[in-house]
Amino acid sequence: MSPPRWTYWIALPVGVLLWAVLAVILDNSLLPSPLNVMGTLIQAAETGELWHHLGVTLRRVLIAFILAMALGTALGVFMGRSRTANALLDPLLVLFLNLPALVTIILLYVWFGLVEAAAIFAVVINKVPNVAVTVREGARSIDPKLEQMAQVYRFTPVQRIAHIWTPQLFPYLMAATRGGLALIWKIVLVVELLGRSDGIGFQLHMAFQVFDVAGILAYSLAFILVVQLIELVLLQPLESRASRWRKIGFGHA
Amino acid sequence: MLDLRIEGESQGHPVLGDIFVSVAPGDHICLLGPSGIGKTSLLNAIAGLDPAISAQAILGREDVRVGYLFQEHRLLPWRTVRQNLALVGASPGEVDTLLTEVGLEGNGDHFPDQLSLGMARRAALARCLAVRPDLLLLDEPFASLDHHRAVELRALIASLLNRHTGMVMICVTHDAEDVGELANRIWYLDGCPAKLQLDDRISDATTAARIVGRLRQSA
Repeated sequence: MSPPRWTYWIALPVGVLLWAVLAVILDNSLLPSPLNVMGTLIQAAETGELWHHLGVTLRRVLIAFILAMALGTALGVFMGRSRTANALLDPLLVLFLNLPALVTIILLYVWFGLVEAAAIFAVVINKVPNVAVTVREGARSIDPKLEQMAQVYRFTPVQRIAHIWTPQLFPYLMAATRGGLALIWKIVLVVELLGRSDGIGFQLHMAFQVFDVAGILAYSLAFILVVQLIELVLLQPLESRASRWRKIGFGHA
Repeated sequence: MLDLRIEGESQGHPVLGDIFVSVAPGDHICLLGPSGIGKTSLLNAIAGLDPAISAQAILGREDVRVGYLFQEHRLLPWRTVRQNLALVGASPGEVDTLLTEVGLEGNGDHFPDQLSLGMARRAALARCLAVRPDLLLLDEPFASLDHHRAVELRALIASLLNRHTGMVMICVTHDAEDVGELANRIWYLDGCPAKLQLDDRISDATTAARIVGRLRQSA
């Protein structure tokens, strides 16, 4: 039995309440109150500063995400379908999976300079192995019986991808997307902090210099809200639409 | 005329031996043999699904259209029955005709998992017909259906064979009744590697029953 809806609405308000109480007791600018943070957020929104930096960061997240998903999916399908490809590439995949994000970022900045392409590329390199590993699992679980069916009925490559592979890979692509967004925006902030002069990571860097905790929390809050919005407006409707066939009851049994 | 050439022995096929046989339009063949002897392997080889055996060598011509009713329906579960038929090339009008032909009118917009086993099998049969097959392969089409449904489906297939003259059918079965009602030719696959031990034309149900009885005794 699943717990009632309201149980989901306990942890966050309680957390905010504790934070507010603690802020009042300590009365220190290093722990601003929730109201204080909201004020900072609204102020940043009014001056337009928030929107500018949010927009810049979102653009980087979007570009890196699209590139990482495309490359990772291609690599994952390739490795999942061909044992030779897997044997050849798996050691590299393990290497890159374990390479710290920070190392890639530093190296690319050192080699290519503090430029936009290096920043994006560093994020992509960090994310591609994760996508590839997830999609590889999916590609391995592609039903050989449906492959035979497609061969008998002479499906074109496009038909195979659209009607046989994508539906089977969909849960894996969704998992990669969810994990991808969460990971990518965090790495983008590090990239911005280390070598860009705009974006939320840069703003956090500036706030850190002057110990502006309210600013740090305000920008974090803004971004968490945006990512939640993407989840609610984009990902969940997409998922429920694509898995419609699963939810329909077994009318005849 | 269609020549099936399966050089299983020389190619070291794990199950199939050498099988050279010709089929003519209108041949309705029931393929019998002990369980696990390779009947499905033979159907797969004929359908060009066996990587060890080249499809062209088997069918002789590349333009042979094959409809294959697998043991499972193998419809795409995430597409409706209608979409499944459209994917193999049936126009919207043809889909309706086909569904009526197999007794599934009104079920086109259902997903395969919403259908019963028997209905899903008929939907898969409709997909076989959608490609206007020269060669119809049926792998135990009546398995796990209750007697009533099995009789119904057999009558349906018999009427389809009457309507689509010239179509070659190869049907894997264990049942003498199937042979009597569907076949005008009988193959018996046995041995290791598996070869056709018997290839007989049968003229009527009595002959069919006699041959199947004889096979039962020798088995």
